[in-house]
Parts: sequence; C-alpha cells; structure tokens
Amino acid sequence: MLTREQWTEKFVEVIAHASSQLPPDVLAALKRGRDVEAPGSLAAKALDSILTNIEMAKGNWQPICQDTGTPLVWIHHPVGMSTRMLTAAFEEAVRQATAKQLLRPNAVDPLTDKNTGHGQAPGIPTVHCEEWDEAGLEVRLILKGGGCENVGAQYSLPNTKLKADRDLEGVRRCILDAVQQAQGKGCAPGIIGACFGGDRGSGFLESKRQLLRRLDDTNPVPELAAMENELFEQANQLGIGPMGFGGKTTVLGVKVGYLGRLPASYFVSISYMCWANRRAGARINPSGEVVWLS
Amino acid sequence: MAQLNLPCDEAKIRALKVGDFVELSGRMITGRDAAHHWLLHGFREEVAPFMKGSLIYHVGPVVKKHEDGHYTFVAAGPTTSAREEPFQADVIGKYGLRGVIGKGGMGPKTLKGLAEHGAVYFHAVGGTAQVLAQAVVKVEQVFQLKEFGVPEALWVIQVKDFPVVVTMDSHGSSLHAEVEKASKAKLEQLLGLSA
Repeated sequence: MLTREQWTEKFVEVIAHASSQLPPDVLAALKRGRDVEAPGSLAAKALDSILTNIEMAKGNWQPICQDTGTPLVWIHHPVGMSTRMLTAAFEEAVRQATAKQLLRPNAVDPLTDKNTGHGQAPGIPTVHCEEWDEAGLEVRLILKGGGCENVGAQYSLPNTKLKADRDLEGVRRCILDAVQQAQGKGCAPGIIGACFGGDRGSGFLESKRQLLRRLDDTNPVPELAAMENELFEQANQLGIGPMGFGGKTTVLGVKVGYLGRLPASYFVSISYMCWANRRAGARINPSGEVVWLS
Repeated sequence: MAQLNLPCDEAKIRALKVGDFVELSGRMITGRDAAHHWLLHGFREEVAPFMKGSLIYHVGPVVKKHEDGHYTFVAAGPTTSAREEPFQADVIGKYGLRGVIGKGGMGPKTLKGLAEHGAVYFHAVGGTAQVLAQAVVKVEQVFQLKEFGVPEALWVIQVKDFPVVVTMDSHGSSLHAEVEKASKAKLEQLLGLSA
C-alpha cells in the first residue's frame, strides 16, 4: 500500500482533474442546451462562452471557475485502513493544490474573518470515508462553488403555500420551487441534487451525494426516475435560461435520492450545482495505478 | 459588438440598454464583500482615482505571483452580485463609479442608484474564468491584500475586449426582474397555484 505522502500525491491528481476537466456527460448536456437556444440570443451566447471556457481550462489544466468551491470527497477504502490517515492526506492535498493554483485559497476563519491562505480549515475539505471489501481505493470528488451553494434550499413538509403534502407530489413541488427561487444566481444551467427524508444535516449531505451521479444515468427506483424526468422537463419550461438571461436551458439534470425519516419530520433538501459540475472519480489500485471513472 | 473604453463619461453609459453586448477595454478595479464594507467605512483616497468613471468588478480571482513579484490572473469569472445589494448604490455614488460587473443581477436599490448616478450593471458569464482571465491583460497593483486575502483584495487591472452584456441599465430596466416575474407566473401555472 502507498504511504501517506503518496496518497496525497494521488489526491492532488484527482483535484487537478476535477478543477480543470469537465466530465463528458456535462459537456454533452451543455452542447445540447446551446443547440436548442435561438441563434444570437443571450442564452446561446452565454453557452458559447461556457463551451469555449471548458476547452481552455481543459487544455491548460487550469481551473474552469475561479471559485474552486468546497472540496467534498467520498472515499471507499479497504478493510483496516486508517481513515485519520486518509483524511489528513486529503487535507494536505488541498493545501498543495492551492499552492499550485489548482484551487483558490478558499477557506475563511469565521471567528477572525481571515482567509487561512492555504485552502484548508476545520470542515474544509469535507472527507467521508467508508470501508468496503475491495483491495483498492475509490475516490469521488466534487468541487462545489459558493454561488450555487448559497441557493440551496430545505423545505419542511407540509408547506401550505406550495400546496405540498408529505408525498412524492409534495417533493416535486418543492424542487420546482427551489429552481425558480434560484433564478440564474447559482450559475444556471444547473444540476439539481435532492433528498427527501433524513434530518436537516443528513438530507443535505445526501442531496450532495446525488451530484456524483452521471447526468445520463437512470434512477433505479422507477417512481424517482419518472420524477427526475418530469422535473427536468418542467424546470426547463420556467424560462430562466443560462445565467438567468431567459431561455430554454435552465437545468441540465435532476437527481433525487431519499433517506429514512422520523414520523414527525419530512424534509426535502435541495443542493444546486452550477453548470461547472466539477466531478472526478478514480480507482486507485494497491500498486498505485490510477483508473479514471466517469 | 460595441466597444467601451474605460474610464468613460456618463453619456456613453446612458446610451446603453438592457440586452446590449459590450467589449470593455481599459482600467478597472475588483472588489467584493470585504471591499464594499471597507469602501463605505470612510473615504478611501488611495483607491478612489481608480474608481472614478470606471467599474468595480465583483470577482475573487485565482492569482499567480511570479518570481519577480508581478501578478497575473489565472482564473477570474464573476461572483454573485446580490450580496452587495445593501451597499452598491452608495459605493457607486460615493466614488463616482460608472457601473458594476458581476453575475446574477442586483435588486431595486441598485437599479435606482444606477438611474440616479448614470451607471450600468454589466453581466459577465458566471464560471467562464479562463475566457475572462485571458481578457485581463495586466495586474497593475493591489490594495488590502494582506488584510482581505487573495479573493477579497482590491486588484487594479487592465482589460482588453472583456465580454459582457447589459442586464440592468440607467433607465430603470432590469432583465433579472423580467425573468423573475415571468418564471414565477410559469411556476404558479405548473403547480396549479394561479389565483
């Protein structure tokens, strides 16, 4: 197995990938969006600029967006590995990636209001470790910018104003409302990760984990697959468009998961991910070989 | 596409309308959350000359410091402007700004301030940090770097053909208000909430 320093090196590679190389499914969705917007419209021009930007970042291995966000990482590791070591190795990777301008110094101490300067602070990055029976390690990372994080929302059902009861129809109503509330502020066209059930903390975490899914996958729960498709269609009828300029491309995808809830609580937690859906996944074998995941 | 050189006079700004594409060239300053608080707390003589007749760009860039001490912008797309809504109109008036560059638009207080002072809101495409960093041809100097950190410092920059679109003009029009209203009506229809 690798040493802690070697793990840090591998994690820096994953961060570089996430920061500069947009996943192909997201790129394809943005191209589809550009093709349905009226030529010459503000929406089409915004998408053209976005597509140019993606190519530039890819070629130069530089950040797609200057807000390199909160690194959220999920690690599956073999039995017996130290999660403290993995967490420390990832935190060090964030500091090294920040020194290399792959990430912006993005952590502020709220007590002193000073930027820590190296990208790391308590809770940044957030590292989730889970044991599995494989011999290798799997890392899945998203870099989630602050603009889109700010437009996330949580609803407690029932909600009279939206006529949202404690059922799937109520969940659907909340998600559509959240997209309208966000307007273009989260850098539309966005990707919606949602979770119903759970508590106020776990619900948001699951909504973010949904953002690890590929845009072209299908939810294994048929009711949720249908809801995701319906929400995708309806959100794109809202007319918000890229950057909120108006247009047909408001969201690139909607992903919905769920967790158990208490009898007294029914939360719908919604995380908005900007078009710059910086997601990277890698399988790292015991020999140190890296296999990129889509 | 229209070209606008900075700094500029009020007449040039008054001629701009919502929906106009503009390429900006010349000198401007960057500033976001900490900067807006700081600018309103007293009058900051040292930065005032860089603001008069020009623009403030809402951005927290990724910046590279070179061995000889000079800086370049590595990634520099706009940040969400709405957070400066309480302060923006006053900052524009106090320092004689001709406008703002940001993303997501701003609210009624800023819209009123734009009309009053002859200023405009330019929208850059959020997330296009490489396209926009390339249009930043020179970093002249920086204020409050140590105090605020890289993203929040006030950077004086030279831009060339920096692409933006007018989404709030000096005549009371806001694309953001229009899209907000239309999308709300559509939402109410989709959810069967219309009165």
